[in-house]
Amino acid sequence: MKCLIKNGRVIDPASGTDDTLDILIEKGKIAEIKSRIESSNIRTIDASRLVVAPGLIDMHTHLREPGREDKETILTGSRAAAKGGFTSIACMPNTYPVNDNAGVTRYILTEARKTNLVNVFPIAAVSKNSESRELTDMADLVRAGAVAFSDDGLPVADSQIMRRALEYSKPLNKLIIDHCEDMSLSANGVMHEGFYSTLFGLNGIPSSSEEVLVARDIILAEKAETSVHIAHISTKGSVYLLRRAREKGIRVSAEVTPHHLLLDDSLLETYNTNLKVKPPLRNKEDMAALLEAVKEGLIDAFATDHAPHTPDEKNVEFDNAPFGINGLETAVSLLLDKFVTKNILSLEDFIRMFSTNPARLLRLEGKGEIKKGADADLTLLNLRKEILVDPNKFESKSRNTPFTGWKLKGRPEMTIVGGRIVYSARP
Amino acid sequence: MEEKIKARVMDSRKINRSLARMTTEIIERNRDLNNLVVVGIRTRGIYIGKRISKLIKDLEKVNTPVGVLDITLYRDDFSELEAQHMVKKTEIKFSVTDKDVLLIDDVLFTGRTIRAAMDSLFDLGRPRSIQLLVLIDRGHRELPIRADYVGKFLPTSKREMVQVRLKEVDEEDEVLITEPAGIE
Amino acid sequence: MGFSHKHLLGIQHLSEDDILSILDTAESMAEISTREVKKVPTLRGKTVINLFFEPSTRTRSSFELAAKRLSADILNFSLQASSVTKGESLRDTVLNLEAMNPDAIIIRHAYSGAPHFVSTFCRSHIINAGDGSHEHPTQALLDAFTIRQEKKKIKGLKILIVGDILHSRVARSNIFLLNKLGAHVVLVGPPPLLPSIFTSLNVEVSHDFDKACIDADVLMMLRIQRERQEKYFFPSIREYRELYTLSKKRLKKAKPDAIIMHPGPLNRDVEIATDVADSVQSVILKQVENGIAIRMAVLYLLLGGKSREMSD
Repeated sequence: MKCLIKNGRVIDPASGTDDTLDILIEKGKIAEIKSRIESSNIRTIDASRLVVAPGLIDMHTHLREPGREDKETILTGSRAAAKGGFTSIACMPNTYPVNDNAGVTRYILTEARKTNLVNVFPIAAVSKNSESRELTDMADLVRAGAVAFSDDGLPVADSQIMRRALEYSKPLNKLIIDHCEDMSLSANGVMHEGFYSTLFGLNGIPSSSEEVLVARDIILAEKAETSVHIAHISTKGSVYLLRRAREKGIRVSAEVTPHHLLLDDSLLETYNTNLKVKPPLRNKEDMAALLEAVKEGLIDAFATDHAPHTPDEKNVEFDNAPFGINGLETAVSLLLDKFVTKNILSLEDFIRMFSTNPARLLRLEGKGEIKKGADADLTLLNLRKEILVDPNKFESKSRNTPFTGWKLKGRPEMTIVGGRIVYSARP
Repeated sequence: MEEKIKARVMDSRKINRSLARMTTEIIERNRDLNNLVVVGIRTRGIYIGKRISKLIKDLEKVNTPVGVLDITLYRDDFSELEAQHMVKKTEIKFSVTDKDVLLIDDVLFTGRTIRAAMDSLFDLGRPRSIQLLVLIDRGHRELPIRADYVGKFLPTSKREMVQVRLKEVDEEDEVLITEPAGIE
Repeated sequence: MGFSHKHLLGIQHLSEDDILSILDTAESMAEISTREVKKVPTLRGKTVINLFFEPSTRTRSSFELAAKRLSADILNFSLQASSVTKGESLRDTVLNLEAMNPDAIIIRHAYSGAPHFVSTFCRSHIINAGDGSHEHPTQALLDAFTIRQEKKKIKGLKILIVGDILHSRVARSNIFLLNKLGAHVVLVGPPPLLPSIFTSLNVEVSHDFDKACIDADVLMMLRIQRERQEKYFFPSIREYRELYTLSKKRLKKAKPDAIIMHPGPLNRDVEIATDVADSVQSVILKQVENGIAIRMAVLYLLLGGKSREMSD
């Protein structure tokens, strides 16, 4: 039950650690962290030239089970997460049935336990059937194991429901995560509204569709004296609203996906349905504003918005394709290659946004930090190894990635959950 | 493709002489010149046609109308991939039905152009007769077609090319035998 | 020289030479339709499929006649656009048709990019007969052909495109084409149907039809769909008519020899006054006639036009 990770460069933003250290794991917990721990008779993992990070956490994943097991299951999604370097994932409630009652929450937790891979944390619906009409039994859901609330896939469309959810959930101390989209402004849009939607003749989703709800949520959170979290922020205007709110001391947090940082709407020229996501890929100016906000620390977390779909669903006309792309198995390498190895973002910030902060936002005890007594959830990163994105090698059931063929430097080398190796890139 | 000139077989004088000779033959053979119409095949057939029409007028004071035929749409070798052939307009402003059509081309080779031209003519009407005039007959026929009036028989090899140049489009009148150059 | 594209998906990626070679070829094709025997054997043995997922009589029959005048065999399929949930996918429909070995598939679809999607897995030549709000290349080509026929040039002309620009594939294809040929394009319509972003397509945008009419050489009116009213794009047909109908009075502000165009079908007295539609300045029926020549040219250039230099 003991295990030693030796000579790794341990980076823990929570404690400000960045040092070559050995970590002793005992009974699934971190037992000791020192510059040199005796290694006789203990299973030892040589982590020299590797980065040892607190286990990465994806706070925005769609696992599709129950209901759409043809797209993904808790098992395949967990495998994808482990391979992608994640020790914990939080899964959104838009399953069939919707995770709006304790039964579904418990089902997800039971199935996740059987897979025995990564930690799966269910996010429950804010409203029954995510229809924005009645609140879910929030306390009951928390007791069953829900870590946060969201109607993701859909916004909490009714402002009164949003207000009440923010108020009611306060004593529960759980985050409300909103997919900010004014559906009447999105209408039948399929891509960002702008120059390229004009050129390609595709119906546009204006930036205002997101910004109107970001503004509303900020106002409601302020009045309710509570916090709110903006899922997959995508526009320059939303960044502006976020900055203003933070300056006023309003507790609003936000996450951003790798694809919104790396891809823009001009790419849709090919009508490739693997570029169809919600919120849509915005323009280069939005991308720049998002990156700036990441560097400033304004955006708290990275999240994948892993949205698996079957090839048949995506192999259709652009308008007919569902929104969403695969994310778990590409996110870490994308960010390491495009930002960390290019010195745009420090390794520490990368880890803060993909582990420390998500753990804090989702109130996950013992996660997101490397300290004595914390869960032995660790992600080992290799910054020198290159990967080639090949969807046919995905652990996920889905193949819907726009990054096929991308060569990326930096990869998850080993994923350790509760002291157990659940994934290793080593042969 | 680079070309090498092997011989200059006709010059302006020779071309004019053979056009004059053929005109006499046409007049002899066609009692009713008023029923004769000239149809030149693009591109050089048009200019030969115009010259013949003028010669007939000079000799017999009869106006023979000249039409232009583009046979691109009637070719039989479409699927043979290569550079695209631009379609140009067929401009025949008179009816060919019951006329004696004098069809004119510069060089007669495989006979396929003439086959296409005759198909095309029949889509425009039903001529009483079709006669064929060419400046050069270079042999190598692939179809049972022969010319009624020939300026010059010119035995050639298949590799060689015959170029008729007319001053209306090519600066001067001449007929050249050329060969693709640079094949080692 | 020559047209080297495998498909005709849109105007946007054609060069000026490509466009001119289609227009010039169409000149020759127009002559065939004036003959007693309106048929040439050029595409004998070729099979063309008309695959229409939207109702259309004009474009479909125009392509059909074009194919027939070139002696190609043509099959017509009119289907309802299948949604995700019901019926066969577009991919399956097309793969089934491809199994019948056609040489070209002409596709009309309610979704932008559908022909591009089809071209990614098809062996046949794909011709876009209108996709969503994206492009309608043969319409723009026949419009240009008609303008050239009437005005003997396109460069420098002031050409107005009026109406629901946002949702119009005809407008987009015409903007691309007329820009490439050097026309001065002015778009006119109510702001929701003509967002200012259109200026980035290198055209002028106006919301004042009366003013825009001054000195216009060509007035291209677009069909206005009543459904747009339900989506708040404009308040009422009555008000639309007030502001954007081409009336006699407005027409007088244009050049005296200005021509009036419309891709059809007409909403008389909605986007165009009926006396204007039937006036001598209207070339609407010539557009229809020229459509056949343009589509013959497109079929010829894609399917037939390749050959070695004739050897005699």
